[in-house]
Amino acid sequence: MSPQVSLSPEQKEELATIANQIVAGGKGILAADESVGTMGKRLKNIEVENTDENRRAFRQLLFSTEGEMADCIGGIIFFHETLFQSTDDGIPFTQLVKDKGIVVGIKVDKGVVPLSGTDGETVTQGLDGLHERCAQYSKAGAQFAKWRSVLKIGDNCPSPQAIRANAEVLARYASICQQNGLVPIVEPEILPDGAHDLHRCQYVTEKVLSAVFKALNEHNVYLEGTLLKPNMVTPGHCCVTKFTHEEIGMATVTALHRTIPPAVPGICFLSGGQSEEDSSLNLNAVNLCPLSKPWRLTFSFGRALQASALTAWAGKDENIALGQEAFLQRAKINSLSSKGEYIPSGDTSEASNFTLYAQNYIY
Amino acid sequence: MTHQAPALTPEQKKELNEIALQIISPGKGILAADESVGSMAKRLTQIGVENTEENRRFYRQILMTADDRVKTFIGGVIFFHETLYQATDDGTPFINIIKERNIVAGIKVDKGVVPLAGTNGESTTQGLDGLAERCAQYKKDGADFAKWRCVLKISATTPSALAILENANVLARYASICQQNGIVPIVEPEILPDGEHDLKKCQYVTEKVLGAVYKALSDHHIYLEGTLLKPNMVTPGHSCPTKYSPEEIATATVTALRRTVPPAVPGVTFLSGGQSEEEATINLNAINKCPLPKPWALTFSFGRALQASALNAWGGEKDNMQAAQDVFMKRAEVNSLASLGKYEPSIEPSTEGEGEGEGEGAANQSLYIENHAY
Repeated sequence: MSPQVSLSPEQKEELATIANQIVAGGKGILAADESVGTMGKRLKNIEVENTDENRRAFRQLLFSTEGEMADCIGGIIFFHETLFQSTDDGIPFTQLVKDKGIVVGIKVDKGVVPLSGTDGETVTQGLDGLHERCAQYSKAGAQFAKWRSVLKIGDNCPSPQAIRANAEVLARYASICQQNGLVPIVEPEILPDGAHDLHRCQYVTEKVLSAVFKALNEHNVYLEGTLLKPNMVTPGHCCVTKFTHEEIGMATVTALHRTIPPAVPGICFLSGGQSEEDSSLNLNAVNLCPLSKPWRLTFSFGRALQASALTAWAGKDENIALGQEAFLQRAKINSLSSKGEYIPSGDTSEASNFTLYAQNYIY
Repeated sequence: MTHQAPALTPEQKKELNEIALQIISPGKGILAADESVGSMAKRLTQIGVENTEENRRFYRQILMTADDRVKTFIGGVIFFHETLYQATDDGTPFINIIKERNIVAGIKVDKGVVPLAGTNGESTTQGLDGLAERCAQYKKDGADFAKWRCVLKISATTPSALAILENANVLARYASICQQNGIVPIVEPEILPDGEHDLKKCQYVTEKVLGAVYKALSDHHIYLEGTLLKPNMVTPGHSCPTKYSPEEIATATVTALRRTVPPAVPGVTFLSGGQSEEEATINLNAINKCPLPKPWALTFSFGRALQASALNAWGGEKDNMQAAQDVFMKRAEVNSLASLGKYEPSIEPSTEGEGEGEGEGAANQSLYIENHAY
């Protein structure tokens, strides 16, 4: 057994610096990396046509939000197409974002494919040519990447096979990213679909995260230069029992406490179909949990940051300011939640409380 | 994946966690007095004492009956089987003395190493047969924690994947059985310091080994909050030509732990592994002063590094008992300070007499034994 040098001290320092910058006090991530198909669903909900131009317009709305946005958002995850788009004035989005001190990220996976012999489980593809793609993305201004693996809870799920396959592929992805100076966000999402309770989700989350970190260890991934994007521990969507935010906070932090080495600088939760408000309240509860939490605990939200903004914009130019205001409000609230300082005032828009759950969610 | 079948009730978990926390209360560590008969033979031979049951009893009595100050420094004592049932000259069971001082009694439960065929001299540890019954008995007899030592070594071809996997698995089985019987398992995956490898190599291997250990513990549904880890510090090999400072050793050690040990583990109690008494203390101190965030207690579980000077001071003479106790107390005190990052080598803690001569010499003498097996 020999420690081949996989990363030089300079490479390690660069990765660790980027990772810490993204999750620095009070900041989280805007996940704006919806694929074309997924944006289609979003835009359909507000009766807007899914064109290149409309997708660009909405991302422009988000990225050009002024003021405190940059105090709340440490990183933005782009979809491939968006990385090469510009504002109306021809300013590349990457530059617009960087000039605000926000780190540019890029989704690099190529979606899920079935694992034969399992009960509808999947693994994520995208490793082919990933090294070259990462090099290109790095040149184009990206400093972090994201890859989503998906697991689900059921009578036979997640199977050991699905856990192992997804942990393995996440570790390969992470290793390749780091070779190219990109901080890998490792996302092993366990879907909230099902009637299972909070404890079942906690148990499964602990097993999955343990497998993920074993794989990262085996693949010599430099943990100080990674970020984790897990699900919060929540009851299944059809679970009849209700749990409080505190219980969700405690179950979530306990699972992390048992599996995440302190070297990981930050944990950025996905919202996974929770309403905007629930996501914020749960993130807040996580940060108020009395267990020791040696990593930053913040957000990497897609729907939970954008739902109200989409509704307010509704595709109309005259609503851009309204859309930005709605987005900024969620950003500020989540920034507070990431410090355990959010106190709801009851002032949230209707869209905030509307559950964003879509069955068997795939981008 | 099937539904969870809880291994422990909430009450069982609470008990285990409380025991673990008591052992590693701030400023406290563990006295590893669990040397087997064979290991004690080596210790006693060095001071010209015959390896009889009585001599072993007498020697352990020296440690057990040290004065009350020991309560501040020692949170747990690991016994060897024979010693758990021994008593002082006036018939007081050792275990009673320990417990009266709020020190937790522990018991070594492994049965030594055996070879792994097809490897380059590697081993696994045996002792699982009837372990549940033995743990139940030990719990009745007053033990609340246990210890099991696995051994790995560094060379061009080791540790092999098999050795890592097998030792991690056997540690997890041991831990599982202990917890079922209300006993906190101390998990000890020792990587020997034998060899010419440098600090980096030891750190790399330690990260791999600990990664495998925690995966196995997860697979076996071990309640981490009710365990303790007893690892080696990350040090260069004993024949390594490069010298490293305590700060470098501390950074390498804490980095390895940060990358592998989840915060749920309440405490890490380092083995001394052949370092001299003073070296072990200085390194422990540097570890606690390391600026990297450290969410677990970092303290000692020392055998040789707590006892070497005391053994020498005793030298087999009854009249030397007090001197031996003073010297033992001194090591206990400095290690307690080191576990808080407050040890300053230039300031000698107060002792009954000036132990400048023999005590000092033994403290700095390397306690390294090649290919150490208990």
